[in-house]
Amino acid sequence: MAETTVDRAGAHRAESAPLLQMQQVTLRFGGVVALNEVSFEIHRGEILGLIGPNGAGKTTCFNALTGVYQPTSGQVVFDGQPLGRRKRYQINRLGIARTFQNIRLFQNMTARENVLVGADAHHRTGVLNALFRLPRHRREEAEGHRLADELLELMDLGHRGDDLARNLSYGEQRRLEIARALATKPKLLCLDEPAAGFNPVEKQRLMDLIRRVRDMGNTVLLIEHDMRLVMGVTDRIVVLEFGKKIADGRPEQIQNDPAVIAAYLGVEDDES
Amino acid sequence: MRRFLDAVGDAPRGVRIAGLVALALLAYALPLLNPPIITTPESDFRAVLFTVASYALVALGLNIVLGYAGLLDLGYVGFYAVGAYTVAVFGSLHGNLPFPLLMVLAVCITTASGLLLGAPTLRVRGDYLAIVTLGFGEIIRLVALNSEWLNGARGITGIPRPPSVELFEIPRLTWEGWVAYVDLGDKSVFMKFALLDATPYYWLTLTVIIFVLFADVLLQRSRVGRAWEATREDEEAAELNGVPTFRFKLLAFAMGAFVGGMSGALFASRQGSINPEPFVIQISILFLAAVVIGGQGNRWGAIVGAIVVAYLPERFREASEFRVLIFGLALLVLSNFRPQGLLPPRRRRRVNRETDRKQQMEGGVVHG
Ligand SMILES: Nc1ncnc2c1ncn2[C@@H]1O[C@H](COP(=O)(O)OP(=O)(O)O)[C@@H](O)[C@H]1O
Ligand SMILES: [Mg+2]
Repeated sequence: MAETTVDRAGAHRAESAPLLQMQQVTLRFGGVVALNEVSFEIHRGEILGLIGPNGAGKTTCFNALTGVYQPTSGQVVFDGQPLGRRKRYQINRLGIARTFQNIRLFQNMTARENVLVGADAHHRTGVLNALFRLPRHRREEAEGHRLADELLELMDLGHRGDDLARNLSYGEQRRLEIARALATKPKLLCLDEPAAGFNPVEKQRLMDLIRRVRDMGNTVLLIEHDMRLVMGVTDRIVVLEFGKKIADGRPEQIQNDPAVIAAYLGVEDDES
Repeated sequence: MRRFLDAVGDAPRGVRIAGLVALALLAYALPLLNPPIITTPESDFRAVLFTVASYALVALGLNIVLGYAGLLDLGYVGFYAVGAYTVAVFGSLHGNLPFPLLMVLAVCITTASGLLLGAPTLRVRGDYLAIVTLGFGEIIRLVALNSEWLNGARGITGIPRPPSVELFEIPRLTWEGWVAYVDLGDKSVFMKFALLDATPYYWLTLTVIIFVLFADVLLQRSRVGRAWEATREDEEAAELNGVPTFRFKLLAFAMGAFVGGMSGALFASRQGSINPEPFVIQISILFLAAVVIGGQGNRWGAIVGAIVVAYLPERFREASEFRVLIFGLALLVLSNFRPQGLLPPRRRRRVNRETDRKQQMEGGVVHG
């Protein structure tokens, strides 16, 4: 099973340039070096796992490649273009969407509205279109609602569309974040510990969902603490420790990598 | 109260529209009906109605900025003043443009001032905005006070009125106890804009309010409204989900200024003369109070808040010396017992309902 997915990812690699390249990215917060010359690539159609002990720099990595922070040095190249000083919403429109380790939904909006905001990323309705209900507004509104219904259904939230985000259960909120991110039609979906706080059954179900999302043509970058889970779902894994990349390879290579074992030794497998 | 509101909210569309039409008609008829209890015994009811309508208009504008986009604007009176002074300057002091043109000009200039103020300040985060806008409101007043070109403290007189179309006269009611008489000696002329009878100004403002309400509904239920609310809820998350938050904040600011300017322009024309005195910071606070008391993010709440802020003190003139004190107490009570305002947005009411249900269920009282 793992073999075949790797093969498929390999085939993609051969036929096209990487979707994203981290090139020697360093990010400092005062004295703290959160990322230290980190380089790796994400290939189209794969699920790349990003693992490492707490504080290793995984979330900072997401922040660097979604424009939340500018790298101190090095650069991120997405789809052939350096991100440079692009604004966060522009990076999103280029095709990078993410979820947050601490859920950050629009709490006082309904689940459907949350997803609609994501769908609006590619819409251009402004005041005039909205005020006069011009064709653009109607077309985009219909398209957005169709997409929202589809994604809510996919994330098993079909019955929750009209509920406020804050009224959803913890697990539903995590799935709603994924739906919102997917609504922006990303080429790369970045999930920051989407299964944190889940029980094993919920975790497994979420991993199945992530695989399904990938099979629909998405590329996924997944931060996850649970080693076994990452092994099962990813095509490739990058391991960070103290802001440095210490390993990069297929799950079974990572599993037997002495540096990784050392990094995880004494660190419990699942910290959530 | 909440049950009533929910019933209103859940009523079929037709019933709701019929109710709103009836409400609008009643609002138009108020100065003629002059109903007992509601009318203001110690001040001109028609003038009070105009003031309330002005506040309601302002509150609707500020609700876009504060309620939807979540931007704390403490200097909203600045836009009101810019609107008023535009009409006064170009209609009387340094020009004699006709009122309709003045209105357009006032709206353009206030919107521009909103963009000018917003462009540099909306890039920085929340707290700074409050401080900068606070300063803006004061600066506008101080400029008006100290500028010879604006006639300083003397103010400006002879501000033009809208063109009157005197079509017919409408008698009003007077009441003796609960008995109504048609008072033929005190008629309102439709539409004669003059100093004595504020009724035509009230009708004009009410009409503007209705247009603003329509625009408000249409914007809120669109990409624009969603972007505003997403920005209010979590600016960074909105940005990372493709919302150009700065642009939408600036838009909210400009729309707010637009509406505030209209209200200021109407105010100046109704007064006939203005000076810098009424545009003090306390008025900004009153505007803010209207939106907060009413329930941020709900257009009807903003109107209710405006009524509370502008009407009640006139109705109970006896207590008006203690106006600020009473407001302070009311706000304290409100923030304790109803922090979301008198009329919070419908969706937020639904949360409360849900919370109640959960609490009831947890309390063991389960029912359908
Ligand atoms: N905004 C910030 N300011 C200062 N230090 C930060 C900031 N964000 C992250 N860090 C530091 O960078 C390191 C990596 O953090 P993080 O990326 O959140 O780790 P992980 O997600 O792998 O658990 C930590 O030492 C953390 O304290
Ligand atoms: Mg993290």
